[in-house]
Amino acid sequence: MIESLRSKSKELLENGTVSLVIGYAEGSKKGKTKPFFAYSSEDCDKLTFSPQCVNNLTIYLTRKFTFMKKGKVAIVAKGCDVKTINVLIQENQLKRDDVIILGMSCDGVVGKDIVHDGEQLPDENKSIKCLTCDVKTPIDYDHLFGEEIKSEALEPMTGGIYDAVKEVKAMSWSDRWKYWMDHFERCIKCYACKKVCPLCYCDVCITEKSRPQWIETSAHARGNYAWNIKRAMDLAGRCTFCGECDRSCPAEIPLNIINQELAMTVYDSFENYTAGYQTDVTPPFVSFKEEDKEDFIK
Amino acid sequence: MSEEKTEKKEEWKPRLVAYVCNWCTYGGADLAGTSRLTYDTSVRAIKLPCTGRIDPLFIIKAFERGADGVLISGCHPGDCHYNTGNYHARRRWTTFRSLLDFSGIDMRRLHFSWISAAEAGKWVEVINEVSTNLKELGPYKEFKAITEKKEEYDRVFAQ
Ligand code: SF4
Ligand code: SF4
Ligand code: SF4
Ligand code: FES
Repeated sequence: MIESLRSKSKELLENGTVSLVIGYAEGSKKGKTKPFFAYSSEDCDKLTFSPQCVNNLTIYLTRKFTFMKKGKVAIVAKGCDVKTINVLIQENQLKRDDVIILGMSCDGVVGKDIVHDGEQLPDENKSIKCLTCDVKTPIDYDHLFGEEIKSEALEPMTGGIYDAVKEVKAMSWSDRWKYWMDHFERCIKCYACKKVCPLCYCDVCITEKSRPQWIETSAHARGNYAWNIKRAMDLAGRCTFCGECDRSCPAEIPLNIINQELAMTVYDSFENYTAGYQTDVTPPFVSFKEEDKEDFIK
Repeated sequence: MSEEKTEKKEEWKPRLVAYVCNWCTYGGADLAGTSRLTYDTSVRAIKLPCTGRIDPLFIIKAFERGADGVLISGCHPGDCHYNTGNYHARRRWTTFRSLLDFSGIDMRRLHFSWISAAEAGKWVEVINEVSTNLKELGPYKEFKAITEKKEEYDRVFAQ
């Protein structure tokens, strides 16, 4: 799989199809990989793929980075990363023709802070997103590497993170408030969660707007509440559950739980919509149905 | 008589922030005024062009600034001055209402309504009903507690 990935990458660079291959290389620490930019055939020998390839590299396709301006690029993408590409295309941030997707069959990547060596990855070491993954073989790619993996038929919105959401939902509202305040109070407003998110691509973030100051800048419970709610809300119906925000949060705030609560609401309320599976449908928040539910409106 | 008056003065009054659209609910509230209808004075109406202009942050801001309850109100479906603002808003409300609930906001303090420019009576009804409920609930202690934490934070960092 790695050999064919390398040779395909070389071929694409050599014949001028792409100017850059975005992928993974071994990290400086054993059991870790890092994002890697291959501009030449020699570089391609460093490309790798393993369950340590956690990063969602599609962030480099957004306007946060400018690589796209240099012409076509190829990107190494797992199934879940392809979902992000789909949303970027759907939101007119990217054209399908601007990118060559080097799709990877993937049976899971390591969870946060787990160092795993070797091939077989047991479930308990996997990232929580992998437990309910239905895109082990990416839904779109130009070239596929590795054997196709059939994802098991899954009950939608059950298991893994969805069960964690349901657990919080089952609490009383005052317990939920306490639960989230205990978490949000630890937020240090580092904004790693937005920096790492490929779908958080506004040129000017609400946190940078100071007239008026919508989000209080200091890291106290009140400002942190507004920040965490606003960030999550802006990803509603868009977040593809790549889990990068959660993984990068130094305060261990369970951002996956907030994001997937929103995904579940969108699924239940707007005709089973889930982000990342189709590029040609109108996203739920720029469309509506006259008969959308409104049982909560007087 | 005079005793009763002083007692009334000291009665705690909730702060109800109402975000209303310019074309319908604000008109309805205005009509209530010009028709000399009286309603609970706990409400502070904030006029916006359309319900489509109402960001979830507005709700959070209101609570941050000490609101005990928030009401959001606009034109009935089909009546929006900009045709579809309220349809889009409705989807957003469905979602952030659920998110706020999930985050532990007391949902008895957050209300939504459609009130047209002709429905002065409905405005009076909704405001009175929500205000009465808020009076029963009392101040929004949970949210005010995080404001106290913020003030504490500011004090510590001012030193
Ligand atoms: S979610 Fe699926 S595609 Fe993504 S890392 Fe996990 S198993 Fe692989
Ligand atoms: S909000 Fe988090 S999980 Fe969702 S797309 Fe952004 S980084 Fe990924
Ligand atoms: S990554 Fe975590 S600590 Fe940093 S701003 Fe986001 S929620 Fe707060
Ligand atoms: S103008 Fe009233 S809801 Fe749009």
